[in-house]
Amino acid sequence: MAERAVEASDNATLTKDDFASDQIVRWCPGCGDYAILSAMQKALPDMGLAREDLVFVSGIGCAARFPYYLSTYGFHTIHGRGPAIATGVKLANPKLSVWEIQGDGDALAIGGNHFIHALRRNIDINILLFNNEIYGLTKGQYSPTSQQGLITRSTPYGSLERPFSAGEVALGAQATFFARTIDTNVKLMSAIFSEAEQHRGTSLVEVLQNCIIYNDKTHALVTGKEHRDDYQLHLEHGKPMLFGKDSSKGLRLKGLGLEVVTLGEDGVTEADILVHDARDPNPTLHQMLVRMRPPEMPMALGVIRAVAAPTYDQELASQLADSQARAKIRSVKDLLHSGETWEVS
Amino acid sequence: MHDFFRQAASVLPIREDAPLAMTSTAKKKVELDRVVIRFAGDSGDGMQLTGSQFTYTSALLGNDIATLPDFPAEIRAPQGTLEGVSGFQVQIGAVDVHTPGDEADVLVAMNPAALRSNLKWLRPGGHLIVDLDDFEGKNLKRAGYDVDPLADGSLDAYSVTPAPITSLTKEALKGVALSTKGIVRCKNMFALGLVYWLFNRDPERTLAFIEEKFRKDDALVEANSKALLAGYNYADTIEALPSTFEVAPARIAPGIYRHIAGNQATAWGLLAAAERLESELFYASYPITPASDILHELSRHRGMGVVAFQAEDEIAAVCSAIGASFAGRLAVTASSGPGIALKGEGMGLAVMAELPLVIVDVQRAGPSTGLPTKTEQADLNIALHGRNGESPCIVLAASSPAQCFEAAYMAAKLAVEHMTPVILLTDGYLANGTEPWRIPNLDSMPDIRPQVPPAGTVVPFQPYLRDPEKLARYWALPGTPGLEHRIGGLEKEDVGGDISYDPANHQRMVDLRSEKVARVADVLPPQAVRGEQHGKVLVVGWGGTQGSLLTAVIELEAAGESVGLAHFQYLNPLPSNTEEVLSRFEHILVCELNSGQFARHLKSMFPNHRYHQLNKVQGLPFRVNEVKDRIMELCHG
Repeated sequence: MAERAVEASDNATLTKDDFASDQIVRWCPGCGDYAILSAMQKALPDMGLAREDLVFVSGIGCAARFPYYLSTYGFHTIHGRGPAIATGVKLANPKLSVWEIQGDGDALAIGGNHFIHALRRNIDINILLFNNEIYGLTKGQYSPTSQQGLITRSTPYGSLERPFSAGEVALGAQATFFARTIDTNVKLMSAIFSEAEQHRGTSLVEVLQNCIIYNDKTHALVTGKEHRDDYQLHLEHGKPMLFGKDSSKGLRLKGLGLEVVTLGEDGVTEADILVHDARDPNPTLHQMLVRMRPPEMPMALGVIRAVAAPTYDQELASQLADSQARAKIRSVKDLLHSGETWEVS
Repeated sequence: MHDFFRQAASVLPIREDAPLAMTSTAKKKVELDRVVIRFAGDSGDGMQLTGSQFTYTSALLGNDIATLPDFPAEIRAPQGTLEGVSGFQVQIGAVDVHTPGDEADVLVAMNPAALRSNLKWLRPGGHLIVDLDDFEGKNLKRAGYDVDPLADGSLDAYSVTPAPITSLTKEALKGVALSTKGIVRCKNMFALGLVYWLFNRDPERTLAFIEEKFRKDDALVEANSKALLAGYNYADTIEALPSTFEVAPARIAPGIYRHIAGNQATAWGLLAAAERLESELFYASYPITPASDILHELSRHRGMGVVAFQAEDEIAAVCSAIGASFAGRLAVTASSGPGIALKGEGMGLAVMAELPLVIVDVQRAGPSTGLPTKTEQADLNIALHGRNGESPCIVLAASSPAQCFEAAYMAAKLAVEHMTPVILLTDGYLANGTEPWRIPNLDSMPDIRPQVPPAGTVVPFQPYLRDPEKLARYWALPGTPGLEHRIGGLEKEDVGGDISYDPANHQRMVDLRSEKVARVADVLPPQAVRGEQHGKVLVVGWGGTQGSLLTAVIELEAAGESVGLAHFQYLNPLPSNTEEVLSRFEHILVCELNSGQFARHLKSMFPNHRYHQLNKVQGLPFRVNEVKDRIMELCHG
């Protein structure tokens, strides 16, 4: 289709402010979403992408307002359907960098089906899952990631349901990229967003996000100053899984599970500590890392899994190119006259 | 009588080398204007193939044709049961044929179940050909016969030819390298050969078809060819059939013709629109009867750049199409009633985002899962009203299998020119029905002009700035520098497109979206009337009933009745002369395969007319005679 010829923008000169739209940001004061937006605006200039080639898609929820606050193309859609809309955008124009913003209810409850199938197809989009373990926009009902027993407006006697772990669901759906970060660490968020953009295939980034109104301090064990050294494990590919003050603790295998050990105690040395391999196609260890929860274990942060695999859009493009090279029918006229025809004179 | 046929079978000579069409003894030929043949058998008996071969051969001879496959929802119901019966009806004519026919002149029933469930379609005095070998013991019981209907006189009203088709096929294929099961499966070709003889059709074309279809398996080529010729020769030999029939070529417009089924025509119409738009088609759907053949057809055409995406569910199908539309593709989703219900929220988003989108609803009998393989027109209400809020869509309907091509093309054209979702209603009857189609000249199709942002578009882009005439907004595509913008499902501020909760703005936007769709009437062709242009009775219909209604009106008009037909293709908005057309007739008879949805629509818009209704919800098309009877009541009542 005819496109308007307008000069391509020069990305080299773009700064964080160039990615802010003229809209007043309308999240609650103190909401974790502000930090996520800031981290994204900070990361975007470094990705080397033109503003016009970025599309932010979202469903419904507090998180879903995200596209309005960016100066790129944006589409705020309907509850849970973001991955399906983003799939259509990407397949229609594979050159675009497509981002999809979801909350835990949007991704794992009403949109669970689209979420797992996007991951399964490994289509090259980036999904940011803002996980605050609560429904915010609808004013405080429990979500599929809420802890069992949580008292909310729809569970005055405590939630009966076992929570989903976003990472476990994702790995079960054969995700090729899963990272986890927290809304209190802008630097880590920016770095992970850039890594997600680099990855070819569906990238899922879970952001542990605080809802100051309906579920305040739900991630406090992980983010709080007093425990964060002991409860945050920052994973880096090729580096040992060390954490704690002075990196004195580490993870090692014990039977079919993981255990926390302290360097120097019981003869433990750094050589005993597992080295993170985000690129291992076997997801077994990634699953174990994803499952860890404080206080028994630290929360794994960083890129937990980043495995190279064919993407749906690349495979489609090669099928299209291959079919077009070999096609006998190249136009509708060819098609209408294909097969059996007869002439009436 | 049975014994006679068994005897004939045992002395049957297979004359492979004899020139076929000339072997006939002096048989009585009956010239017919049109004839209806119905093939019925177990769903594994190959009746669809048999029927379509007969159809092709007749089309090549220049007959006008309409077909109706009638198959069960079960893929392979237990053999010999009523549930497993598959039928194929075809009307061939030396004159224009608009329907597959009310009643069959000839019924081929391959087993007792097929006879029991299809006899009601055979006209009294019609010819019945049955596979005698199947009329025994457990097969009779399975079909629910306590007594053999061939022996109890219950078929006396028909001219019956009980041929031992299975045993003759076995006999003819002795020595062919196939299992007994494989040999028995060729009995449909034997039956086809018999019917070819009956209608003076040369089996040559089907022999060529067999050669091509089974080119990888010599035994199958040999078996099917032999069975076909055996059937033909058998009919020629036994002289038990009273006469043969001749249906001369129809007088149809010159041109290059082909056969086309409704779903195929829908797919091709979409492709033609995408080509004209210089866009590659994006098609997303979830498998559902009877819409899946559109997906199958478009999936074949990767070579034309089509992305045919099988989504994880109906909602993902409509939503991925909306995403593709946002990114600049001609985007289409299709389904049938249950899937359309699921797509409602997505369609509302497309209304609000004002993005072009084509939604094809291949209607089937509902509600809920209903009768998946049977036709109905009961989704008009959901098309017109089935979304939350004030959510108008353009709605149009295709009127014949081949007309699906033009209807799909026009649906796409209206969607991209008016920046709105368009619902195209077809139905199971159109989807699977076939007819000969004069291949159109694509250059003569109307041009498609998308809403490209005009030169001098203000930056930052204002997504809800509208074309002043049509009120359509502009389609600014991601990837285009300077036109970055945000849209979504929340109410938008007029012109600027920011989220707005302003009461007056909401009123204005609701009115604008409604007026935008209403103004489409300005570009629609005026509603035509066939038959009498004014007078006593105006038959009103829409969609797939055109064939039956037109046949009824033409026949009654020829008999001197004051009757006309207004068959609507555009249902929302209606053509601007609709009220004027209605006012030309004393009585308005709205005929539809539902309980009166279009009638209610018309009555609410144009209350000052004398409306009558003919409604039917049996999963079946109208019979010409039932339409004629109702018209006659009004003409003379």
